[in-house]
Amino acid sequence: MTDGVDLRALEARAREFRKTILQMITRAGSGHPGGSLSAIDLITVLYYHTMRHDPRNPAWPDRDRFVLSKGHACPALYVVLAACGYFPAEHLWTLREVGSILQGHPDMTRTPGVEISTGSLGMGFSAAIGMALAGKRDGRPYRVYALLGDGECQEGAVWEGAMFAAHYALDNLTAIVDRNGLQQTGPTEDRIRLDPLADKWRACTWDVQEIDGHDLGAIVAALDRARATRGRPQVIVARTVKGKGVSFLEGVVGFHGKALTRDELSRALAELDGATTGR
Amino acid sequence: MAGPVVQTAGGKATRDAYGEALVAVGRRDARVVALTGDLRDSTRLEAFAAAFPDRFVECGIAEQNMVGVAAGLATCGKIPFVSSFAVFVPGRAYDQIRVLVAQPGLNVKLVSTHGGLTVGEDGMSAQAIEELAMMRALANMTVIVPADATETHQVIAALVEHHGPAYVRLGRAPVPVLFDDTYTFTIGRAAQLRQGDDVTLIACGIMVAEALAAAETLAAEGIEARVLNMATLKPLDEAAVLAAARETGAIVTAEEHTVYGGLGGAVAEVTSAHEPVPVERVGIRDVFGESGSPRALMEKYGLTAADIVAAARRALARKRR
Repeated sequence: MTDGVDLRALEARAREFRKTILQMITRAGSGHPGGSLSAIDLITVLYYHTMRHDPRNPAWPDRDRFVLSKGHACPALYVVLAACGYFPAEHLWTLREVGSILQGHPDMTRTPGVEISTGSLGMGFSAAIGMALAGKRDGRPYRVYALLGDGECQEGAVWEGAMFAAHYALDNLTAIVDRNGLQQTGPTEDRIRLDPLADKWRACTWDVQEIDGHDLGAIVAALDRARATRGRPQVIVARTVKGKGVSFLEGVVGFHGKALTRDELSRALAELDGATTGR
Repeated sequence: MAGPVVQTAGGKATRDAYGEALVAVGRRDARVVALTGDLRDSTRLEAFAAAFPDRFVECGIAEQNMVGVAAGLATCGKIPFVSSFAVFVPGRAYDQIRVLVAQPGLNVKLVSTHGGLTVGEDGMSAQAIEELAMMRALANMTVIVPADATETHQVIAALVEHHGPAYVRLGRAPVPVLFDDTYTFTIGRAAQLRQGDDVTLIACGIMVAEALAAAETLAAEGIEARVLNMATLKPLDEAAVLAAARETGAIVTAEEHTVYGGLGGAVAEVTSAHEPVPVERVGIRDVFGESGSPRALMEKYGLTAADIVAAARRALARKRR
């Protein structure tokens, strides 16, 4: 399924993105590193492999659309949008500053490439459904991708949307759940249990795939299969690790919404650079 | 000056006018789509759904998702009209409205067909008596309460031309048709329905008819009341309010809403800042409603012409002090 896809190049990009994300958040002094690192492989594959989009023409009517419903992971979106050329990379160093085009949560009125403003959980998904519905009704060829957090799936509106999208057979819609298992104050399963999460989506009659969300080949293959699926919306439950790529962040409660210190950042960057030479 | 005031017997619910108006604008503009949550009958969308099945979206009993879907449709160039009871939209979906509609300024029209106390017998859980304050508090949001069927037609037509988020509150119960086709509604503009220099009655929605009746009663006592139809609560016609304050020296507001944060609040904010005069607010005090016929509820909760007359007397007394 992944013939012709340069997975090494994608992997190298994702590694650089991880470094930039952590630098951005530390510079800003606040932000959400854990969920950004768990999602970055998924977002990288979407923008560099799967989606049809044109950074020179962000309003292209037939572009595929990406909605970051878990809006707090926006550093992961911003770094990819900048790399694709939606805006100059120097903006990345203004994250969360007054007047910046890069707000603490995505703001469609400020950031080229952001399809919808998000910030409260369980909402971007519904907007993505509206975009998919418009595409269906208008006979347009685009697809819509929505990335949700697993904790976000505790929001009731997610399941309102899941039933709606299935009812309207929105097969141009793919949801991806970043199943990192941690929410702000601890494991999802100790807060409000989500499992069996894939079965919940199956019960809503979605096409369901479960993958390792850090296996780039698996992500490519799952998105390819989703694109070929007809008659119903698709969800990819991607098992991920919060803080993936940095040993002292991986799976650690407490880095949901906290910037790394300068010292922690240095250690993290050294680890990520080590990963570069080690493989 | 507005067009002539023509009371007609029987009246018509503004939700009925909405159903007709939406079909009319739907014919003129293919971008118009309609969404509702299992209330296509109550919100009078049956005709639209029949005329434009591809532009009608049944969302089921799921108002939060409905508003989100509307936002997504708007990003694709549609003009979504979301219709439900006011207790659900905006009530149930306020966060979605705030983040997905108001903050990005998306072109979503939220139209509630069962606003206020006069939804009646279903009782307080069905009565929205505070949502105008909620919607006024949102930046970017236009807030409109039409007084009758004629005005409702014009409001819906105007909103198709106006890019941006808007909330319109309509009612379930029949109300007098006050205006004929010479009436002109403009967003953000008050309509003066009656001249007078002693006191100004500023009303919206069903209270406009009550204000006109109150003005008749006051006239019989030699008190000339100016009557303003303030259909747009936001942006408020501050010029009309300040002119009323300067020229009549006393104001009564009348709304089918809590006295906190709605029309009365908006008028008082403007006068207190620029032209302090007595402002008496007719509306629902700090209570929830109960079951009852619309008329019985208006009487019990102080929303009649007689209540406006009494408020006018209080305002005049304060003015003379």
